[in-house]
Amino acid sequence: MLKSIGLRSVDDLFAPIPAEYRLNRDLKIPRQMAESEIVDFFRARSRENGEGYTSFLGAGAYAHYRPVIIDSLISRGEFLTAYTPYQAEISQGTLQSIFEFQSMICELTGMEVANASMYDGSTAAAEAVMMAVRLTGRRSVVVARSLHPEYREVLATYATHQGMPLTIAGFGDDGRLNLEELEKSITAETGCVLIQSPNFFGTIEDVASIAEIAHKNGAMLVVSIAEAVSLGIVEPPREADVIAMEAQSFGVPLGFGGPYCGVIATREKFVRQMPGRLVGQTTDKQGRRGFVLTLATREQHIRREKATSNICTNQALVALMVNIFMTVYGKVGLKELAKQNLAKTTYAASQFAKQGKVLFAGAPRFNEFVVQTEEDSKAINGRLLEHKIVGGLPLKKFYPELGNAALWCCTELTTRSAIDAAVGLLHEGSARSAKEKEEAAEVTR
Amino acid sequence: MKQITRKASLQVNQNEGLIFEKSSAGKAAWKLPPLDVPEVDTAKLLGASERKDLGRMPEVSEIEIIRHFTRLSTWNYAIDLGMYPLGSCTMKYNPRVNEAVARVEGIANGHPYQPERISQGALYILKTLSEQLIEITGMDAITLQPAAGAHGEMTGLLMVRAYHQSRGNARKKILIPDSAHGTNPATAAMVNYAVENLKSDSRGMVDLAALEAQMTEDVAALMLTNPNTLGVFEQDIHKIADVLHAKGGLLYMDGANMNALVGKVRPGDFGVDVMHLNLHKTFSTPHGGGGPGSGPVAIKKILEPFVPTPVVVTKPDGTLAFDYNRPHSVGRVRAFYGNFGMFVRALAYIQANGPDGLRQTTEDAVLNANYIRKGLEGTYDLPYSTPTMHEVVFSDKLQAKKGVRTMDIAKRLIDYGFHPYTTAFPLIVPGALMIEPTESESKEEMDLFIEAMKSIAEEVEEDPQTVLDAPHSTRVSRLDETAAARRPVLRWKPAV
Repeated sequence: MLKSIGLRSVDDLFAPIPAEYRLNRDLKIPRQMAESEIVDFFRARSRENGEGYTSFLGAGAYAHYRPVIIDSLISRGEFLTAYTPYQAEISQGTLQSIFEFQSMICELTGMEVANASMYDGSTAAAEAVMMAVRLTGRRSVVVARSLHPEYREVLATYATHQGMPLTIAGFGDDGRLNLEELEKSITAETGCVLIQSPNFFGTIEDVASIAEIAHKNGAMLVVSIAEAVSLGIVEPPREADVIAMEAQSFGVPLGFGGPYCGVIATREKFVRQMPGRLVGQTTDKQGRRGFVLTLATREQHIRREKATSNICTNQALVALMVNIFMTVYGKVGLKELAKQNLAKTTYAASQFAKQGKVLFAGAPRFNEFVVQTEEDSKAINGRLLEHKIVGGLPLKKFYPELGNAALWCCTELTTRSAIDAAVGLLHEGSARSAKEKEEAAEVTR
Repeated sequence: MKQITRKASLQVNQNEGLIFEKSSAGKAAWKLPPLDVPEVDTAKLLGASERKDLGRMPEVSEIEIIRHFTRLSTWNYAIDLGMYPLGSCTMKYNPRVNEAVARVEGIANGHPYQPERISQGALYILKTLSEQLIEITGMDAITLQPAAGAHGEMTGLLMVRAYHQSRGNARKKILIPDSAHGTNPATAAMVNYAVENLKSDSRGMVDLAALEAQMTEDVAALMLTNPNTLGVFEQDIHKIADVLHAKGGLLYMDGANMNALVGKVRPGDFGVDVMHLNLHKTFSTPHGGGGPGSGPVAIKKILEPFVPTPVVVTKPDGTLAFDYNRPHSVGRVRAFYGNFGMFVRALAYIQANGPDGLRQTTEDAVLNANYIRKGLEGTYDLPYSTPTMHEVVFSDKLQAKKGVRTMDIAKRLIDYGFHPYTTAFPLIVPGALMIEPTESESKEEMDLFIEAMKSIAEEVEEDPQTVLDAPHSTRVSRLDETAAARRPVLRWKPAV
């Protein structure tokens, strides 16, 4: 081949690179490994990474069962090794599946349009807020303190240079957004209110009342949904103007935090300010139905610095996992699945209430709850780890005002015996601390 | 119609409606285990928040789902089927061992908030990949958090802004060559910088004189793709860096084309201050029909204080941990730690190649692009004769005389069994054909491609209508994109 292009050596190909910058040594990385060695390396890492533990963690990343056909189907090279469907005639598989994804997200969220995906729930929320700010022409944003703390951090990063002041509105004794505080925070400059429901504590927000307050002040309501399975049994936030979702619960592995699947859904009239790819239905020259990427004039490759977002590559393959999951469970299965989550959580909360204080009892919740204890959450978790149980997420870092509190999550995969074991170990702690107190009292006596 | 080449032949494929059209009540593909806790009264628990109806969600059986998606898949072109020379996208082979290791139990199912004590495996992967990417780029530090290239650009520019801010002046604008990806200007706008275009010279490179004239102390950075979108290495790169640095500006490198450099030259050695990588391009993680990507950002020491939180650190006892205490950080750009599953795949790719393999990969990618250039030179117009690295850009100038444009040639290429090249980009080449074979293609496959492109050029002369009406072999012919945008139908609704 070199000869046919008139060159003598491979080095000639790199002649355009000034000699002083060329690397004349091997990269300092390990030698080539055989496939068997690579597999061994990652198996060893897996063993150091919580393999075989029972977990009560949720907080934006949920352990649900993944039907096996998800991996069978997404492993087909025609899905796995294609790219963005720019050439519609040879991408109808990807395009139709995205169209179905958009349609099902609309059915589940009660919105009129949904995009083809965003990076994740946190960036989707930030982009949804920027969209609402563009639509209202007002720049400030009221954010619920009960929104996932890391979503808040991401929004703060995105907002820094957009001239978008953020105001935080707190939560009440029932764990829901404090409506009085919301009323006080909203001004004539507020472009939107951003909440999460079910919120970070698992509590379902009073979306209708929040929407009313936002709308009467001329602001939009953006609702983040981090636990998609809730949509099977919890009424979607139909009063919202924009919904920013994390669809990881729908068949996407936990994968230590990613890749996940964000998505934005909204009203038809707002579609031209929506970021991200969109697939639309059309016809070919013979009048046959087909699908194309559409409304690209919102996007960076056409509009450059005037685009609605810089997003290009999204999470297509993960959206396909979500699509297959939604298809498997469908109209009846999603509801039954959500019901099991609710039943497990209700049982767990009732058991935990015997050993600690379950906060926010005054409002409905989905599959998470906050337990306050006398003992430090990390000490409790240390004891549980000895029994291969990962306890709830200690909240001190995010919500110091809650004291020793942890966020526990149950899904359809959480067994009663695991719940009972965790509660038993919690009891051991409270029994021990009671005994220690007694002994201490005796010593003083 | 001209007899099509040896590469492709027609095959029957299955028709398939939308999943909603197959749905009927009572069909199911799911089964839950019996509940081991008491049943609950959802109405009582949820009150007004209880959902009663799931709209028109489908009800179908498992075999129907398998057939549905398998049929859809057969309507796609993919790397696994053949050459996918989509310029700028680096459609290289996606090794399957990457997929296997990403699915190992503790790696696929690790929770992002599980205690660090039982996350040492994941932390070690983050640390190892970071170190190896730093060595490959010649930079000093890295963040893996950004979810895609454009997200990396945003993260990089946030750090640029924070750096200038820390020196008392955030500056006002970003210089961007006219050959740049659309994400570059869109990103600059998201970080609230004004965009100033920089003209390319007759070689397709940054015009040094223009750069010198435009470089002021208002310029925060130049965003430069190198090799650029013409597949040309910016030979004056050190002078470019000097011009920027002399006025306190920074050099941002869009690493979309890093696959032309790995193991041969390191951006950190030629003056780059900040750059992003696309793991789904250079490091073989699958494109998946449009993602997930991953866009790590590598930086020089001066930008290190500003990296997103958290960062991985080694504790005195030798164990790994996340450090959240970074007072100068630009903050988080994503929840958790990034597209971890892609880190696993990229690391497996680096391991499978090692230093020799990575260097050869680069050499093969550049050799292949030059082979195609040689094969098609003369048949298609080559607007820039500057040496080609990993991709080559032709124009449709010769074919346009017959009324055939780059998109028509692209559509005809489909009939020959290839995915089209990138059309109409970069913008500085009117009617561009941007071809990137990658290292994955054999000489045989490229010979078939060259033969197909030559055959199409002949068709343009003899029977342009065949090309204008292409493709002829696909399930659907050219689709009406104008109608799709004028009256958008973005979701299924039942026929009334």
